[in-house]
Amino acid sequence: MSVNPDQRSRASASADAPIIEIAGLRKWFGTFQVLQDIALTVARGERIVICGPSGSGKSTLIRCVNSLERYQEGRLVVDGYDLGAGQKNIDTVRAEVGMVFQQFNLFPHLTVMENCMLAPMKVRGTRKKEAQELAMRFLARVRIADQALKYPAQLSGGQQQRVAIARALCMTPKIMLFDEPTSALDPEMVKEVLDTMVGLAEDGMTMLCVTHEMGFARKVADRVIFMDAGQIVEMGKPEPFFANPQNPRTQAFLGQLLH
Amino acid sequence: MIRQFGLPEALAILSGVQATILLSLIAFVGGGVVGLAVALMRTSERTWLQRCAGFYIDFFQGTPLLMQLFLVFYGLPVLGYKVNPWIAVAIGFTLHASAFLGEIWRGSIQAVPRGQTEAAYALGLSYASRMRNVVLPQAMRISVAPTVGFMVQLIKGTSLAAIIGFVELSRAAQIIASATYKPLLAYGCAAIVYFVLCFPLSRLSMRLEKRFAVKT
Ligand SMILES: Nc1ncnc2c1ncn2[C@@H]1O[C@H](COP(=O)(O)OP(=O)(O)O)[C@@H](O)[C@H]1O
Ligand SMILES: [Mg+2]
Repeated sequence: MSVNPDQRSRASASADAPIIEIAGLRKWFGTFQVLQDIALTVARGERIVICGPSGSGKSTLIRCVNSLERYQEGRLVVDGYDLGAGQKNIDTVRAEVGMVFQQFNLFPHLTVMENCMLAPMKVRGTRKKEAQELAMRFLARVRIADQALKYPAQLSGGQQQRVAIARALCMTPKIMLFDEPTSALDPEMVKEVLDTMVGLAEDGMTMLCVTHEMGFARKVADRVIFMDAGQIVEMGKPEPFFANPQNPRTQAFLGQLLH
Repeated sequence: MIRQFGLPEALAILSGVQATILLSLIAFVGGGVVGLAVALMRTSERTWLQRCAGFYIDFFQGTPLLMQLFLVFYGLPVLGYKVNPWIAVAIGFTLHASAFLGEIWRGSIQAVPRGQTEAAYALGLSYASRMRNVVLPQAMRISVAPTVGFMVQLIKGTSLAAIIGFVELSRAAQIIASATYKPLLAYGCAAIVYFVLCFPLSRLSMRLEKRFAVKT
């Protein structure tokens, strides 16, 4: 992994430093506390799967990592940039962290290729021709290059989600966040998206995935996290996590998933 | 002496159309530019900008255009500015149209799904690029029908400029009506001209909506 030469206000960014450091993170929506004292350190290249019941704060947690949500207390440092230290750091982190949403959120007025070209051209100043090549390269990688000139509405859900992944990859992110990327898909399309994600994991991408696809978790996760009521209740390697969960809430949740 | 209603009279009414078109263009352009600024302020993340724009919209939507024109035309000279009637109507119509367009476009901007803005944030796009490349193109599609609807109102509303001395379509018809004692004919002619101006706009709006519907 190359180290970014740009030194805005980075504390530590050596190659073996963690790429995400979260400590004492607390967040409220009004009087309701969504995140309660979250601590999590993610190493470069690590793949983390987050699961837990609906409303437990999984989305909120990963949305904090690219500042789609602000937090009130604690420390969150991404690739050396402290997200509590001003808008400049936030902008830098957003350009380096890719995100894939449950609802795809492709831009409906732009073609698939234009969706992929927009951010490289506007954020990185990439020239049109190079942006086109970049887009085609990543569209080929998610195996959808033949649809490049179509509009998102002309594609199936699974195809749209793969385009969304390609669009994020065009910014050559250091971290990819996935928020239930297969939950809005028809069952027959889940596999094509998961396969794409497995491919990414094999290439060494740092990934934080909120998902209930436990097969995926077993296959690629370095660690699985179980969240409930705004807390990280249990965290471990997939094998012991699934075979022998310690916390009763984890046991109850995994028990429900299996049936 | 009562004049006959003949070709010269019909042409006199038609000549009023020039002023009507010019006044409408001024209102569209002024209202469009300022209205976009108002809509962007109203949807900004800064509360004080939102409040300013909100007050502006409430004030100019809540007072009659007639009063606004009077205030500009007779008010500015009181403050020591001599105003040419064209400047006065340009200011008056811009204030009026920008408040209405600002509010229409605010609604359209907010109707663009939240996920679009979030995707733009997540890609690291700047405010300008997020608006120009992501939000506004989609808001524009949503706003075609209400915007054209308001433009049609505005064309008809330019008749108010008569009160500060403009001889536009309505005023021209009125003059001819009283000179010829043929009000039905005079106003009928004016009505047809208004229709000819407004109808293609409504048509255009339908065509645009259809085209956008196919594309997305
Ligand atoms: N913008 C918001 N305003 C108020 N409450 C919210 C908001 N977003 C989420 N919440 C609440 O925070 C809790 C956690 O939400 P979320 O992080 O989306 O959970 P999960 O992704 O685990 O289902 C839920 O109870 C939800 O209702
Ligand atoms: Mg969620």
